[in-house]
Amino acid sequence: MKILLSWLNEYGDFGDDVDRLSDALTSLGLAVENVEHVGATVPGVVTARVVRTESHPDAAKVHRVYVDAGDGVERHVWCGAFNMQVGDVLPLATLGTEMPNGMTISRRGILGIDSEGMLCSTLELGLGDDHSGIMILPPDAPLGVPYGEVLGLRPDVLLDIDLTRNRPDCWGYVGVARDLAAHLGLEFRPPTPTLAVTGGELVAGVEIVDGDRCGRFTSTVISGVRVGPSADWMAQRLRAAGMRPISNVVDVSNYVMLELNQPNHAYDLATLRGPEGGPPGFRIRLATEAETMTTLDGEQRTFTADDLLICDAADRPIGIAGVMGGLDTEITDATTTVALEMAWFAPLGIMQTAQRLGLRSEASARNERGVDPYGIDVSIARFVELLRETCPDLVVHAGAADGRGASLPDEHRSCELRVTEVNRVLGTGLTAADITSLLDPIGFTVSGGPDEPLTVALPSWRPDCTEEIDVVEEVARHHGYDRIGREVPKSTVHGHLSVHQQRRRLLRQVLLGLGISEAMPNPFLAPDTAEKAGLDPTAVSITNPLVADESVLRTSLRPGMLRAVAFNESHRRTGARLFEIGHVYPPGEGELPDEYEALCVVLAGDEAPAAMAVWREVAAALGVGARLDQSQVPPGLHATRSATLSIGRDVAGAVGEVDPAVLDAFEVTERVAILELHLGYVLDREPKPARWSAVSRSPSSDLDLAFALDDSIPAERLDKAIRQGAGNLLVDLDLFDVYRGPGVDEGSRSLAYRLRLQAPDRNLTDADVASVRDACIAAAGKFGARLRS
Amino acid sequence: MIEDLNVARDAALADVAAAASLDDVAALDARLLGKKGELAAFKRQLGSLASVDERKAAGAAVNEALAAVSVALDERRAELAAAARSAAVESERLDLTEFTARPARGHAHVVTQAWERLEDVFIGLGYQVAEGPEVETDWFNFEALNMADGHPARGEFDTLFVDHVAPGGTPGHTLLRTHTSPVQIRAMQAMEPPIYIVAPGRVFRRDTPDATHMPVFHQIEGLVVDRGITMAHLAGTIEAFTKAFFGGNVESRLRPSYFPFTEPSAEFDIRRPNGDWLELGGCGMVHPAVLRAGGIDPEEYTGFAFGFGIDRMAVMRHQIADIRDMYTNDLRFVEQF
Repeated sequence: MKILLSWLNEYGDFGDDVDRLSDALTSLGLAVENVEHVGATVPGVVTARVVRTESHPDAAKVHRVYVDAGDGVERHVWCGAFNMQVGDVLPLATLGTEMPNGMTISRRGILGIDSEGMLCSTLELGLGDDHSGIMILPPDAPLGVPYGEVLGLRPDVLLDIDLTRNRPDCWGYVGVARDLAAHLGLEFRPPTPTLAVTGGELVAGVEIVDGDRCGRFTSTVISGVRVGPSADWMAQRLRAAGMRPISNVVDVSNYVMLELNQPNHAYDLATLRGPEGGPPGFRIRLATEAETMTTLDGEQRTFTADDLLICDAADRPIGIAGVMGGLDTEITDATTTVALEMAWFAPLGIMQTAQRLGLRSEASARNERGVDPYGIDVSIARFVELLRETCPDLVVHAGAADGRGASLPDEHRSCELRVTEVNRVLGTGLTAADITSLLDPIGFTVSGGPDEPLTVALPSWRPDCTEEIDVVEEVARHHGYDRIGREVPKSTVHGHLSVHQQRRRLLRQVLLGLGISEAMPNPFLAPDTAEKAGLDPTAVSITNPLVADESVLRTSLRPGMLRAVAFNESHRRTGARLFEIGHVYPPGEGELPDEYEALCVVLAGDEAPAAMAVWREVAAALGVGARLDQSQVPPGLHATRSATLSIGRDVAGAVGEVDPAVLDAFEVTERVAILELHLGYVLDREPKPARWSAVSRSPSSDLDLAFALDDSIPAERLDKAIRQGAGNLLVDLDLFDVYRGPGVDEGSRSLAYRLRLQAPDRNLTDADVASVRDACIAAAGKFGARLRS
Repeated sequence: MIEDLNVARDAALADVAAAASLDDVAALDARLLGKKGELAAFKRQLGSLASVDERKAAGAAVNEALAAVSVALDERRAELAAAARSAAVESERLDLTEFTARPARGHAHVVTQAWERLEDVFIGLGYQVAEGPEVETDWFNFEALNMADGHPARGEFDTLFVDHVAPGGTPGHTLLRTHTSPVQIRAMQAMEPPIYIVAPGRVFRRDTPDATHMPVFHQIEGLVVDRGITMAHLAGTIEAFTKAFFGGNVESRLRPSYFPFTEPSAEFDIRRPNGDWLELGGCGMVHPAVLRAGGIDPEEYTGFAFGFGIDRMAVMRHQIADIRDMYTNDLRFVEQF
């Protein structure tokens, strides 16, 4: 909402201290987002009359305009607009004028012919956004005078207020003024016109068919209207407020809307039909499916059965309720009698219709937030009062109709307010008297007291206020948020991370320490991405995605990570080492999808053992173990270089390499080692803390054993056999060499281990070492591992 | 004999002084001091001396000579060892700037860094960290937060809906949470007051990406519910948090605003040292209807809540001009932080 400061001052003596007023408004929740200085006359721009125009054979886009600036001298100006005629009065920027955009008008012309100034559009003068042609001034304007004098321009300020949804009343000047006057302790002076009926009965009746959507509809017939230009002051004020003056009737309609937040519409009574020769009137009903009407803006609109229409008594649609009038019943220059609509519609319906039609008007913006159903009467009187300035002969006819529907809010609403509740919520020490003095000036009239509870009348222009807490907020606003104390509550809870959160940080630290950086890919995928990654394409989809390529919720972090690798590769960063900890959303049968937190690590340019090394480090740091099963390779991973990781009966992850076909599909040229984990299994439970074992002070002894083992048997089994054979003398085991080649049978490999043996409390004997050796050989021999000599 | 001994001793000392290597010293040690060494030979001549006094004097002289040579040998050995070590050290000279080693550490995402910093500030203020699902029900995301079906404020969230349907439910009631506020409801349902939580997390809006907006971004939400919590506690907490996070020289203020789930509602701003007020987030006293939805009696308890963007904290801290850069996973970006 843009508020013109001079206009606001109609309703209270607010003055012109813009900073102070801006701060006051902001502190009331009417945040001033922008302050614009308007109405300044650009010095050096004067009125001039077009004497003649002339085209130039070598310049098609410009022509030569000769003007008289009142001194009788004919000046020549090049001009790119052609909207003027001989005799028109235009604003001429004379030589040396500094324009608002910083340009200085110079003599420099075109084709070697000087220009003695520039003719200006409204945009160039900072008066509007119209740059389609030169601004045409009133034809009787004196020449050679500042254009601002002709237009009655006065320097003014436009305050751009960002209104929250709970303040529909502030879509009118009076609402803003009421709050501000109360805050500053000034007298509030809203208009208080009274309506006098001056003519005999002339009725445009009202029939509300759908009262659930239309709570009130008044129709007042006014004759003796002469459509013409508005009074200067009104045209200037509307223009300064950013609204184009059109005609006295339309301007008054807009003025009342801006002033009192009451959208309204004037129909040409002569165009309204009645049923079969009956009297004209209004019928407010829901549209039928696919019914059509042409709105004021010339667009044909098609309705659904949820759109509320204003029809005439012959049931012909003449307006979209609360949004926009129809073209056929518009006021024209010939109009002499109008039927004035002022109405209240259920806000939600207006919002939905405006949304459905993509049609936002000044009226719909107000109606969908909720206007004052009981402000209508003052608004009618104000309309008549203002129109009478240009139509002194107008007649207000008896027989005005005032239809009511079931959705009409109660006129007198109230709620209880406990002083103790105000202070309990705000932490203040306000008394009933304090509260009364804060609420009364904004129309929340307090009665009762001094004992609890007070009764507070809820004004009809504040539909957002229905209960006690709403009034507490009003008290807080007018008391001042900055006068509420500041105190840090004494938390009786000890602040900490949960086990899962602590372990997630540990996991992240381990991965960072391993030189792996954190990625955050988009969790939305294209419909075919999962399949490209070798994953089950069953997924939850977004029903209203921004783009189809981001319409599916990921069930795995893998596709995003592969895209990250491909992105880095394509920017000459091979060897990307990335991890992500993030949610995935597989479909589920429950109230929500089976969402869980996952980890994916990708090591570009690395092979499966690198992923195993990361897994071992993570497992050791987090104190978790998992069964490795190379016979169960998850889809999308390298069939002979990957394994599932199982904890108990559940598959908790996978480790290995990405399937080359998947890499191809993602245009990744490097090998990619990968680790995937379902973090619920890994982070939720804290293992017992590692228990101390004494570091032996006795000497240790190393034993090297190399075994030949068939390729079909995992080295892990040999590892286990050695641990079992060595028993508790083993303190460290290292697989230091894997060899395939001459000396080892085809289909087998040599695995060389170094065992470090140590007793806790004594020196080892040769017999100890020999018995470990024998036990290891025996344990390994059970599955065919043979000691190499 | 004494003269001979002195000559021999001086010759030996000269040899020791001239020894050029540790090997030379070892050879001299054997030659001069051994049982059959040159100086030992003098001992054998003692018997040929006539008088006891002469023998005594000559014996003492021989021992002195042996001791002097032995000391000289030790000194020479130490000198040579030190020289050898410094020669070895000298030969190992390295230019420490000759290498271009890539940094080996990984980089946490900028959003994670801001997220953890915020968590840590609130843990210090006595808060626990709560989380919730990113795919939510309409009830938790809107209805429980005092936005019943058809509430106009719903339209301002640009919600993304998904095709999941709860058993017995109707389509169109599962969505990607538009804010972290549903975690408030889940926390109130799961915990008894006093509740002091922050809920960081990922949120979603149907927003076209540009330099300052992403459809997927992050918020942190705070909720305190206890007996006797007032708006003064809210203002004090905002002040304490902003000072802890941005530094002691920032000022904070609350100004009235509107959110369906809090009342009174406020925006909170900070004033930076340059004097500009900067809007950070929304806050307010938890609306009684929201407390009731969380199973808490608003007549017994009051609470406050606040929320703001995490991504923006990262953007401000690092002066990132385009928020989209944070989500490209470009290592050239990631490794800057």
